[in-house]
Amino acid sequence: MDTMTADGLLLPWPDDDGEPFWEYTRRGELRVQACADCGRLRFPPRPCCPQCGSFADEWRLMSGRGRLWSFVVAHPPLLPAYAERAPYPVAVVELDEDPKIRLVGTLTSSPRRPNAPWNAVPAQRLRIGAPVQAVFQAVTPEVTVVRWALCGS
Amino acid sequence: MLKDRTAVVGIGQTRFAKHLEESEKALACRAVLAALDDAGIEPREVDALASFTMEETDEVELAKAIGAGDIIFFSRAGFGGGGSCATVAHLAMAVASGQASVGVAWRSRKRGSGKRPWTNTTQQLPTPAQWTRPFGLLRPADEIGMLARRYMHEHGATRDHLFNVALACRNRANQNPDAIMYDRPLTREMYMDARWISEPLCLYDNCLETDGALACVVVSAERARDCRRKPVYLHSVAQGLPAQHHGMVNYWNDDPLTGPAWAAARQLWKTADFGPEDVDVAQIYDAFTPLIPLSLEGYGFCGRGEGAAFTEGGALELGGRLPVNTGGGGLSEGYIHGFNLINEGVKQLRGISTAQVPDAATCLVTAGEGVPTSALLLRA
Repeated sequence: MDTMTADGLLLPWPDDDGEPFWEYTRRGELRVQACADCGRLRFPPRPCCPQCGSFADEWRLMSGRGRLWSFVVAHPPLLPAYAERAPYPVAVVELDEDPKIRLVGTLTSSPRRPNAPWNAVPAQRLRIGAPVQAVFQAVTPEVTVVRWALCGS
Repeated sequence: MLKDRTAVVGIGQTRFAKHLEESEKALACRAVLAALDDAGIEPREVDALASFTMEETDEVELAKAIGAGDIIFFSRAGFGGGGSCATVAHLAMAVASGQASVGVAWRSRKRGSGKRPWTNTTQQLPTPAQWTRPFGLLRPADEIGMLARRYMHEHGATRDHLFNVALACRNRANQNPDAIMYDRPLTREMYMDARWISEPLCLYDNCLETDGALACVVVSAERARDCRRKPVYLHSVAQGLPAQHHGMVNYWNDDPLTGPAWAAARQLWKTADFGPEDVDVAQIYDAFTPLIPLSLEGYGFCGRGEGAAFTEGGALELGGRLPVNTGGGGLSEGYIHGFNLINEGVKQLRGISTAQVPDAATCLVTAGEGVPTSALLLRA
């Protein structure tokens, strides 16, 4: 399995529990693992429910809406492909469905620009709590990552 | 059960530098032999070894090289920098329970001249990295920077608070001839103008990658009375991996700003005869400056959200409310994965620190916060 894109970005290396997440993003769906018995969402995915112990799970479709929980702006020293893109912001986004489900992602300037450069949104435009929308970017034929577009942009 | 039944009786270290010629294994042996000599104990008497993960010198090589006797207890605590104090805690448990009699813990690193661990891409990609690294969140500085910005947002912490931490460590390093930053003062202007690493963290919010090694020796309180130096008792020890925690990217539990320190602290104080207000000096793991206000809260020196304000008015400086990292810490003495904090705690209670707190009788030492952690309460 490839661990990097042709231009040197790291690819996810899913474990058994994480595999469905990446299957769904490839189809353009943001789904989060939930307990099929007690219904609680959980992330990152794992074999059983920390609330009720059930091993039955389902992957629930999310709206893709959320808010910035926090962000950093990464500057070198970084791996070469990342240094080329720096400085770039990376955010943790809390989902509207459950603010304790938080996803890491880069930002894009518009839902219509999934392939925008990593530094497309200047850090000065970011603030904690800002609403964002999931955007799907196919980085290889097999792997699609979720990015985040500031709402209203 | 454990309280004051064991003691640190020997400490040893090599030089700290950006580059040392010798191998990690050789440095480890030098530190261990120095610690045993400090204790006045022969290497063949060593029967217990404790280390923590990311240590390249293994027990077999070390025991063979120093001429140890039969080793009947060995242990390796997990989670890198979170395990530094756990090494001593495991030896204390082994010795107090009669499983061993002379324990040695150590850390040897060549990170000043070697590779940064985050550049090893393939080893880092499986869980939990599949949720962070493909998105450009690559380094520990990024992972902690994320918590730091949230902390600033929730509690009104500022870069000046982080500077207070960096400055306290640097000022102590300026008193310590063994520190890498011995002759390099820091000013607020230098801090505020420094280049970013992972905004909101700048260069001076990050520890020093360092070559060097340290070790310490743990024996029973009875045996300690016959050793060469004044014993420093292990009053209370703890490890902490809180509910629903997730590695260093702890963004998914109920409250990511109350990390492993809180879990370790609950156990630490439960078995102690005194509380945070009775701690004379603290050695708090400082891979990054924000770990200090977060740890001050976790270990109960102030309330939730008050850690940044605690740093004001010179509180962390010598003579302040709680002098911290009196050897200079990871930020300015050298980053030997937190082990230099253990030895500095022992120096304080022996009364031989280069930045001695007068009559220091109690010291808290902590391991890496953010990752599953450990801590020691030392008593003179």
